[in-house]
Amino acid sequence: MNRHGAVAIFGREMARFFRTIWQSIASPVVSTALYFVVFGSAIGGRIQSVEGVQYGAFIVPGLMMLTVLQQSVSNASFGIYFPKFSGTIYEYLVSPVGWIEVTLGFVGAAAAKAILIALLILLTSFFFVGVHVLHPFWMLAFLFLTSLAFSLLGFIIGLWAKSFEQLQVVPLMVITPLVFLGGAFYSADMLPPFWEGVAKLNPVLYLISGFRWSFFGLADVPVTVSLLAVAAMIVVCMGIIRWIFASGWRLRE
Amino acid sequence: MTEIIRIENLSKRYGSGTKALDDVSLSIREGEILALLGPNGAGKTTLISIICGLVVPTSGSVRVGGHDVRTDWRAARRLIGLVPQEIALDPFEKVIDSVRYTRALYGEPPDDAHIESVLRSLALWDKRGAATRELSGGMKRRVLIAKALSHRPKVLFLDEPTAGVDVVLRREMWEVVRDLRRRGVTIILTTHYLEEAEDMADRIGVIDKGKLALIQPKAEMMGEFGRKTLVIELDTPLRALPPDLARPGLALDDGGGRLTFDYDTRAERTGIARLLGDLAGQGIGVRDISTTQSSLEEIFMNLVSETPRVQA
Repeated sequence: MNRHGAVAIFGREMARFFRTIWQSIASPVVSTALYFVVFGSAIGGRIQSVEGVQYGAFIVPGLMMLTVLQQSVSNASFGIYFPKFSGTIYEYLVSPVGWIEVTLGFVGAAAAKAILIALLILLTSFFFVGVHVLHPFWMLAFLFLTSLAFSLLGFIIGLWAKSFEQLQVVPLMVITPLVFLGGAFYSADMLPPFWEGVAKLNPVLYLISGFRWSFFGLADVPVTVSLLAVAAMIVVCMGIIRWIFASGWRLRE
Repeated sequence: MTEIIRIENLSKRYGSGTKALDDVSLSIREGEILALLGPNGAGKTTLISIICGLVVPTSGSVRVGGHDVRTDWRAARRLIGLVPQEIALDPFEKVIDSVRYTRALYGEPPDDAHIESVLRSLALWDKRGAATRELSGGMKRRVLIAKALSHRPKVLFLDEPTAGVDVVLRREMWEVVRDLRRRGVTIILTTHYLEEAEDMADRIGVIDKGKLALIQPKAEMMGEFGRKTLVIELDTPLRALPPDLARPGLALDDGGGRLTFDYDTRAERTGIARLLGDLAGQGIGVRDISTTQSSLEEIFMNLVSETPRVQA
């Protein structure tokens, strides 16, 4: 294990984040504020509560998840795609860093950024609604595991992408729809039985459900199922990344 | 000299079907400068890329410092520094941060004294705080060299190091390379500039169509393959070459005032003594005699059109 290598990659990615700190945090915070205005105030004015939780507060975990998923995927995919684009990827291929160090560095930084922004959104939400976190430990655990899982997914997307268009297509066409259809702004119980069944095929539902449970003790699916779903995603993504580095797919000729 | 790199039966066929390397075997000695020459697409960069880990070979093996580059890659890569052909730098990163970063990737702890020494030796110290996008092409190439030297490699690969670099800077870079060799770094460079190989290399390898056509000490190659020309300035110009003097390789130049005689240095008898004797016999006075040797470029052009052969 090349500790200096992993730390250097992590440090460089975090330095990039802090170099553009205002752009990095302004966009998600403004978006979240808008969500609160539109969903919390406009719609929330008509939906008083969901399962006993004020609607404005009910959507906070979903909003945090939406941001975590988007930030994790985009940070990790861009982080590894940029060296491919600029040609500096050769440094990682000729130096004694393996898939573990490269993944720890890039994915660790992407997850750390996503967690920081998610916590900032939680902080922002306090200005709009009264939110109480029932299980803070599990909230942080879900936040960490979800950031990690989707940063790993983003890393795979960055390794796979051959253009900036490809880099954008998965977050836009897959991640965002899954989050919106995964119960970010509603409970799956509010859907008709057929669509509730369809919604349960969406892996993001399990993440949001588990995360919401850590806030309010309410879940669409059992918490253990949510934890297993995110753990399975981490294992599968790490297996894919290991294979990519071992085979050299899209990295070595 | 101790062997630092051993390449055995190395072949590479790309997915497109192109055979870039064909059963190449080669031994590189510690502390030498080896220049790899060859036309575009000959396989030079593929060979370097396999040794450094950028390209996966189809068959064969490479050992660096006794470590197999595929099975014991961490140990092998620690010994290697690579200066790639294309300038690839993070445009927003400061020079010194970029060099520090590479050192860390090689698993080395921070050593600012060494980084300063490397940057000073490449005349980059004053630019340490500049973002790489602000540098000229030549400076960017020197940053790549600084990065490659950041972890004190034993072997440095320079893939077309002076491509697109002006003459003054090229000479400066040659001096840097010579200095590295003095410090015991083994250097393998590919180049299109035959002058570069002629000036710097201890040995020259010629790659053509994926095969190692020849590898020899430069002096030996120049001697073995070099044709020399004897230039004889005459006291009195001749109107025509006398029939008794006529022989292969002899020509009358410069309006009859100069004789040129091409001869092979490998031949048992070069024919020089006989020619000079014949000139004296015919009463032709000689004012001056000099020799010129064929350049590496001519040798190279002859080699790549010949049947490949390998020597130790």
